[in-house]
Amino acid sequence: MATQTPAIETAASSRAHEPGKLILQVIHDWVTTVDHKKIGLMYIGYALIFLLIAGFEALLIRIQLAIPNNTFTSPQTFNRLFTMHGTTMVFFVGMPILFGFGNYLIPLMIGARDMAFPRLNAFSFWISAFGGVLLYFSYIGGSGLYGAGTAPDVGWFAYAPLTARVFSQGHSTDYWTLSVFLSGIGSIGTSLNIVATALCMRCPGMKMSRLPLLVWIYIVMSGIAFVAIGPLTAAQIMLLFDRYLGSHFFDTQAGGSAVLWMHFFWIFGHPEVYVLVLPAFAFANEIIPVFSRKAIFGYPAMVAASVGIGFVSLSVWAHHMFTVGMGPGPNVFFTFSTMVISVPTGIKIFNWLATLWGGKIYYTTAMIFAVAFLFQFLIAGLTGIMLAVSPFDWQLGSSYFVVAHFHYVLVGAIVFMIFSAFYYWYPKITGRMMSEKLGKWHFWLFLIGFHLTFDFMHIPGLLGMPRRIYTYEADRGWALLNMIVSSGAVFQAIATLIFVYNLVNSYFRGLPAGKDPWDAWTLEWSTSSPPPSYNFAVIPEVHSRRPLWDLKHPEDPDSNYE
Amino acid sequence: MPLVLHFPVSRIPCSPVLQASMASGEMWLQRLKISSLHWLAAQPGSPSTSIFSPAATPARSIFGVSVFSLVITAVIFVVVAGLLLYTLIRFRRRREETQREPAQIYGSNQIELSWTVIPILIVVVLFLATARVIFVNESIPKPANALDVTVIGHQFWWEYRYPKLGIVTANELHVPVSDPQHPTPTYLTMSSADTDHSFWVPNLAGKMDLIPNKVNIMWFDPEAAGLYLGQCAQYCGTQHAKMLIRVYVDTPAAFASWVASQQRTAVESADAAAGRAVFESNACVNCHTIAGTAAHGTFGPDLTHLESRVTLASGAVPNSTANLRAFVNDPAHFKPGALMPAMHLDDHDLDAVVKYLTSLR
Amino acid sequence: MGTVATLPHGIETPDANWKLPSRGIVGMVCLIVAESAIFIIFVVAYIFYIGKSLSGPTPHEVLELPIVSTICLLSSSITVHLAGHSLHRDQRRLCSLWLAATVLLGAIFLASTGLEWYKLIYQYGLTVRTNLFGTTFYSLVGLHASHVIVGLFMLSLTLLFSLQGKLTINHSERLEVISLYWHFVDAVWVVVFTVVYLLGR
Repeated sequence: MATQTPAIETAASSRAHEPGKLILQVIHDWVTTVDHKKIGLMYIGYALIFLLIAGFEALLIRIQLAIPNNTFTSPQTFNRLFTMHGTTMVFFVGMPILFGFGNYLIPLMIGARDMAFPRLNAFSFWISAFGGVLLYFSYIGGSGLYGAGTAPDVGWFAYAPLTARVFSQGHSTDYWTLSVFLSGIGSIGTSLNIVATALCMRCPGMKMSRLPLLVWIYIVMSGIAFVAIGPLTAAQIMLLFDRYLGSHFFDTQAGGSAVLWMHFFWIFGHPEVYVLVLPAFAFANEIIPVFSRKAIFGYPAMVAASVGIGFVSLSVWAHHMFTVGMGPGPNVFFTFSTMVISVPTGIKIFNWLATLWGGKIYYTTAMIFAVAFLFQFLIAGLTGIMLAVSPFDWQLGSSYFVVAHFHYVLVGAIVFMIFSAFYYWYPKITGRMMSEKLGKWHFWLFLIGFHLTFDFMHIPGLLGMPRRIYTYEADRGWALLNMIVSSGAVFQAIATLIFVYNLVNSYFRGLPAGKDPWDAWTLEWSTSSPPPSYNFAVIPEVHSRRPLWDLKHPEDPDSNYE
Repeated sequence: MPLVLHFPVSRIPCSPVLQASMASGEMWLQRLKISSLHWLAAQPGSPSTSIFSPAATPARSIFGVSVFSLVITAVIFVVVAGLLLYTLIRFRRRREETQREPAQIYGSNQIELSWTVIPILIVVVLFLATARVIFVNESIPKPANALDVTVIGHQFWWEYRYPKLGIVTANELHVPVSDPQHPTPTYLTMSSADTDHSFWVPNLAGKMDLIPNKVNIMWFDPEAAGLYLGQCAQYCGTQHAKMLIRVYVDTPAAFASWVASQQRTAVESADAAAGRAVFESNACVNCHTIAGTAAHGTFGPDLTHLESRVTLASGAVPNSTANLRAFVNDPAHFKPGALMPAMHLDDHDLDAVVKYLTSLR
Repeated sequence: MGTVATLPHGIETPDANWKLPSRGIVGMVCLIVAESAIFIIFVVAYIFYIGKSLSGPTPHEVLELPIVSTICLLSSSITVHLAGHSLHRDQRRLCSLWLAATVLLGAIFLASTGLEWYKLIYQYGLTVRTNLFGTTFYSLVGLHASHVIVGLFMLSLTLLFSLQGKLTINHSERLEVISLYWHFVDAVWVVVFTVVYLLGR
């Protein structure tokens, strides 16, 4: 011992004199980490950066569309902007941020020390991250021959045969294909990890029927990912073969079918949006009960509804293809399946309502975002029902009504719940509370901006405005509405900047949070904030769905009622 | 495991109305809703492309089922959002309350069953209403004197062929108005020469895609003469936004006269001969057809009766001599990304060819 | 400090009975589900395009039933199962034997596919760009073959470890995971064989 200690002291003191080396060590630590918490945070940080980039792209789109026949961007630039905005938001903001939260929370919630496959976890993150970088590298590298490239401009769903070599010259489409392909590999890796962790790493006593709803929903989400991402991967391999090996999968001149690409893409694309929205439900399932001071109403029904949504979501894809001319049989089938999915979804809304009923509701920032989510998700679901009516979709499909609908889900439901999740779990992750005052500013500005943009956006669709147009005629009556829609974007941008400031500022100046600032009931609140690298000093043992409730209310534990 | 029921059933609100029968319900709802949708329908000064201004049977039947589904979803919204709002206000935490936690309620089989069954019933009703419209739309027999038009989508213009009338034109579709007693609907047989497109004229019908290697058929029977606007509704490349549609619904007399003018050969005039020589000796002939000349190209629009069209470049600009000159000189001036290259003619040739083109009535 | 005390009632002591599924098996099952989704799409494309080629050789003209290679591949499932079985009973040399047999049978399958492709390309002039049949045939069979290659690589490594005496009964579960993958590859071949060589011809 006496010989060892001086060596340690020397090393420590020498490190103190070389701050550069310390920074390198920190970077090395993060780059090589397999700790689920660090990987989760890297996912989230990475997604936030892309959120700002894709949000900026949206701002440019809205400036161009604010007045008719605008010349702010060229048509080519505009087409790249909406392609990059959509692709970035889905694959490099939505998926990473939700996987990030899952990565961070799931082991903590089930009383485990890490995910089932820590190295796979790291690999999945880095390959997804590389995918995002690759997509944006297209701005520099996409030119190919004839200088005809740069960023992809085929839309985020890249319909064939627009993506064929003859219509998309250069390499821009290939950047789309490859970056999304890599992101898919990362997603499958993380989904695999989530399922293996939730099934194989639970602490003693945590039967499946005691699993926090967040974990259940992430299992369903991962199951969907397994079945849905494969078709996209397959279609992209086929596209690459068409473009480089001269195959004819989608080559209409050789008898290939453009509709086949649509089927393959939407077999992925529709379940994908459920992959994105289910974690929003997961967050709501944790946050709403805590701030209503009541257990979630109808836990088994919530599990069943989530699983049901998972299965039905695999059967609705061709509602994106009602105008393709599939014939009355498929149109009727997909109308029916799309309407059916509203049943388990409605059940969830009613269960949240019943959780709130009879409770004692605390309107913290996390909760008001969740409340807005409830109203907005209700509206989004209802416009979805309208679009499920295929004749209605014959008018409204590919119009701004659809754009409004899906942004209502993606922003109004998912982004709002992500904000809520930030305010809720930030104390656990950092040990500090976020500023409630800045949070309220963030909320109200974002709410106003969101509704200005996306409420009014439905109307141009009803008035005949199709999507993906870089400009429009002045005599259609769309100009004022587009101006209002664009103005909302400014509010959302400001609100997001306030949020980012809050995130950073609270890290240094936030009030200390302690282990359990919200008086919550799941296992992550039983360990310190932030948790130690090993999560729990002693692996816990649980006897109900709310182990901390049992501890805090030994006279009336949940295990009596389950 | 029994779930604790702490929830008095009597406080559950009534479910939304389900029993509206189809035919009377539609009419009743239409009357109710039409007035409130007027502001969406009529726009002073220009033809409105609102889906709530139907002018043909397909658009009208869609209008009916749309209003029906709008009403159902509106009712659901009012009920659920109302309940939500009430709950959020009634059960908010008040500072003076001392009791720590409210009663913990884990679920209720009856309540959960009811809010499963009721949505299922609503879905069934809405589905049946929708299925009816789908089948009715597809099952109307084609009358003997329907007008057949072949539509071929191109990047970024519309090719229209009337096979039984021997007419080939582009971008501006002329169809006869259809008298309900003696219907003369227009049947569009559609495909694409390159990428996917979609034909959308909201006042007349829902949209239908034009897909290469696939043939889609749609129809409409316009009730009133006039101009109906639309545009391509499936992203097809750089100038998707300017692939506009103009449907001229003509009275029978006007339609007959238009057909006659399209069927005769190109009008020759002496002082346009020089321009015709320029046209035929340049690359123009590779892409364009002008009946009676050496030009038989099919990549670009047929120009035989160019002057009978009100707009150029698929609705992008009004058809005037100045615009035509600017367009021929450099299409990217109006439509950057259009597939027609700048012809790089000198001023003399350009003036001559424009003179020729403006003589093509 | 992050400890959670147990319930005051102290009803159960689940520690002894707390059994969770194996991570490796669950992970491999998930991977199989994901890979199946990819294969299904290629199979769907193949079936969709049957008879739709505009020109070029048809399946009937150029395909012969690959009986020998199919028997080899399907037998290799049996041998790999026996390898796992013997490792489970700590019969290490027997395990090496069965692993070697598996690798050999898989290699015969691959070689046979390679020979078939050689004949198709050079004798019949069928490539991926010839027609829709060429496109869908080479991609589907090629996708399967690439999975065989990956599986053979894993099995060869395992054989190497086994021959070096490093494979013990403690690795039994890992061998089970690998053999699960190999069974999946074989199952896919059954589907591909049926669709391409039976239905499609």
